[in-house]
Amino acid sequence: MPVLLELEDVSARYGPIRALHGVSLSLEEGSTLALLGANGAGKTTTLRAVSNLVRKTGEVTFSGRRISHRSPEGIARLGISHVPQGRGILAELTVEENLRLGAYTRRDRASIRSDLEGVYDHFPRLRERLRQPAGTLSGGEQQMLALGRALLQRPRLLMLDEPSLGLAPLLVREIFGVLARLNGEEGLAVLVVEQDAAVALRTCAFACVLEVGRVVLAGPSDELREHESVRQAYLGY
Amino acid sequence: MTVLLAAAWSEVAQQVVSGLATGSIYASLALGIVIIYRSTGVINFAQGEMATFSTFIAWWLIEDPNGPDWPYWAAFVVVLVISFAGGVLLERVLIRPVEQAPVLTIVMVTLGLAIALNGLIGWIWGAETRSFPGAFSTRPIHVGSVTFSIQDAGFIAVMLAAVLCLYLFFRFTKAGLGLRAAAAGGEASRLLGVRVGWMLALGWGIATMLGALSGMMTAPTAFLDPNMMQGVLLYAFAAAVLGGLDSPIGAVVGGLALGVLLNLLGTYVDFFGGQMRLVGGLLVILGVLLIRPQGLFGRVAVRRV
Amino acid sequence: MRLLTVRGEVLGKAAAAGAFVLAVALVPLALADYQAYEFALVGAYFVAVCGLNILTGYTGQISLGHGAFMALGGYTTAILATDHGIDPVWTIPIGGLVAGLAGFAFGIPALRLSGLYLALVTFGIAVAAPALARKLEGLTGGSTGKNVPLPKAHWGLRLSSNDWLYYQNWTVALVLLLAAWLLLRGRTGRAFRAVRDSEVAAVSFGVHLPTYKTLAFGVSAFYAGVAGSLFAITVAYVNPDSYPIKLSVYLVVGAVAAGLGSLWGLVFGAALIEYLPTKAADISSTAPDVIFGAVLIAVMLLLPSGAAGLLRRLWAFAARLYTRPRVQ
Repeated sequence: MPVLLELEDVSARYGPIRALHGVSLSLEEGSTLALLGANGAGKTTTLRAVSNLVRKTGEVTFSGRRISHRSPEGIARLGISHVPQGRGILAELTVEENLRLGAYTRRDRASIRSDLEGVYDHFPRLRERLRQPAGTLSGGEQQMLALGRALLQRPRLLMLDEPSLGLAPLLVREIFGVLARLNGEEGLAVLVVEQDAAVALRTCAFACVLEVGRVVLAGPSDELREHESVRQAYLGY
Repeated sequence: MTVLLAAAWSEVAQQVVSGLATGSIYASLALGIVIIYRSTGVINFAQGEMATFSTFIAWWLIEDPNGPDWPYWAAFVVVLVISFAGGVLLERVLIRPVEQAPVLTIVMVTLGLAIALNGLIGWIWGAETRSFPGAFSTRPIHVGSVTFSIQDAGFIAVMLAAVLCLYLFFRFTKAGLGLRAAAAGGEASRLLGVRVGWMLALGWGIATMLGALSGMMTAPTAFLDPNMMQGVLLYAFAAAVLGGLDSPIGAVVGGLALGVLLNLLGTYVDFFGGQMRLVGGLLVILGVLLIRPQGLFGRVAVRRV
Repeated sequence: MRLLTVRGEVLGKAAAAGAFVLAVALVPLALADYQAYEFALVGAYFVAVCGLNILTGYTGQISLGHGAFMALGGYTTAILATDHGIDPVWTIPIGGLVAGLAGFAFGIPALRLSGLYLALVTFGIAVAAPALARKLEGLTGGSTGKNVPLPKAHWGLRLSSNDWLYYQNWTVALVLLLAAWLLLRGRTGRAFRAVRDSEVAAVSFGVHLPTYKTLAFGVSAFYAGVAGSLFAITVAYVNPDSYPIKLSVYLVVGAVAAGLGSLWGLVFGAALIEYLPTKAADISSTAPDVIFGAVLIAVMLLLPSGAAGLLRRLWAFAARLYTRPRVQ
């Protein structure tokens, strides 16, 4: 499969603090990649670098196009859907309005409506809460809302930052189940930053381990799962 | 006895109605202030001068013997459009570079804008006071025992119409949703493809239009000169603070309430007549910020150290 | 990189200060009479900007209302000098005190306001103050205002009245500058800076916020009151329109242009307030404010740390140019 997303030698900093040192990775179309690492390893920064939300050097290419210097909203419009850490829910807007925002850049009314129905199929609880301010939803429901909203963007690449954060294990499995289904049925490419290495390695075909802003391991998830240091550091055995 | 009471009641009712009319002027300007504050986090100290500038353009279109001599409502619409464009331009050119700057810098930039506009008005049109036509006649009408002018009713109606249009815009249009999203969370909105920068400029454009509205309602009674809106700006700030700086409903309710309050105060408490209503406005600002900083409808911001 | 040793820097700064005092003392000899008048006004603004710097530059509290404190001082002087026959010179500290007490009193409710809210309230004060002055006619002379006795040289000194004004204002200015320097280099100054940089951190260091914040307001209002008195004596007149909202804005502009948090650029800030409006009027007789406003915006966009910041950067630049590497 052709390469969908590629990072070449990306270094990023927050003011004087260097967060990424020459990170390179790539993701093929229709594939899934998990970004693993401890707190502060630079996982979130990597996603922010792709969306150009942080000062960086190096090249980011999406579908053959260089997106290193595009505006974040421009990158979103090219087909990258980024669900940030903390979900990025607009609390004062209603659930319905948040979802509508997912389709903000689209014009095809009919397919938006059918996509919306699809989202309700994946997450029936959202339909019940349409008129509520999004801020009143529970953590799990907000995650579903964020995911549903992201899907309405009809992205070619879905990036999620710590989707399991603050969620009960059952919900986490549900969410990753949805991701697996989307990847399998619709060929949606997924890039997931996760602390919960076990579930991430189960769902994603490939994985990448970051330490202190550098890539220390990368490869198919099956291999990484067996790797000594990964088992000790992230899988607990 | 009943005759006295009835007379007193109708006088109070009269003051209330004319208070609502001046309150509509405050509400209009306050709404602009709130929209800018909510979307860009800036308190626009130049809001009054921007309104004056728009009104002077209207004057040129309608009254100036050297000008095009247009009919009132045609000029009214054109001035709204020009004001919108002006607001968008100002946001992109002046505010965007200092969006992330400390509070003092942003305050200074809007103050600089106010000073520059004030001077610009004097430079282009001169500083003499001039008259400005009213959209409505000042003929009195009687409803029951209450007398008020058509102009009073007209101002209230215009303001309510503006509020209605804004409500429809924010609730039912894509741009309205985008602007609300940009105000609620800039970064998250960008990730959804919302062009946040232009949404903020849109906010400024709308606010400038509201200012023009406010100015064109002030000018007929206050007479048009470069400093016309300075007092109104203070009242608009008081209205916005009273209603809650981040609440558009608050701006409207606050403006109307303040208009009535200051009118009654000015009529029945001798000390607060005329210019002293400015002190009344100041006391409202101080009082609200000390007792209930979020105003009537605003959200509470935690701050205590 | 140090350009000089620590001792060298201290001596250098002392020498610069000494040169400044000398210049202030000798400049009138080279000036025409009307220029001495203008410089006298610069001296008055110097005091106001110094005080405002203490408030905004050192404790980070924004005030758009210091013109009102100047008005308090000015009116105190006018009332005492004209209605009660007191020599204007002795009204200067009284004007300062009246304004200082008002500032201190205002500082208490101001504790609960921050940033934009404080700017809003002080803006309101500046807009409402002239109305109050107009209303209290019995005291203030209403819209007509009051005259102040024309300045005359005191104590047998043979000076023209403008030269006398110059020396009066600048003596006060230098004394108050010294006082500010002493205040700011000690514990109080450190506490002020702590408040500005992080209130939470300051509290955890045991800085009692209310004390220092109200103190800063009181002190800066005192300075503004003194400046108002000097101003009233210099122009020999007060009325509600002498202290418009524009003046308060000019004061903040002067403080920012001088460079907040440092005493080195104050002359520049004060001179800016006096000369920019007049110079701008020379360029464009009908719209000096446009130039003023445009300059202000440009300064905020390009040079937000003012003259003192510029001086600091030039100093650092010189240090890099002239510091030679050690010989092995």
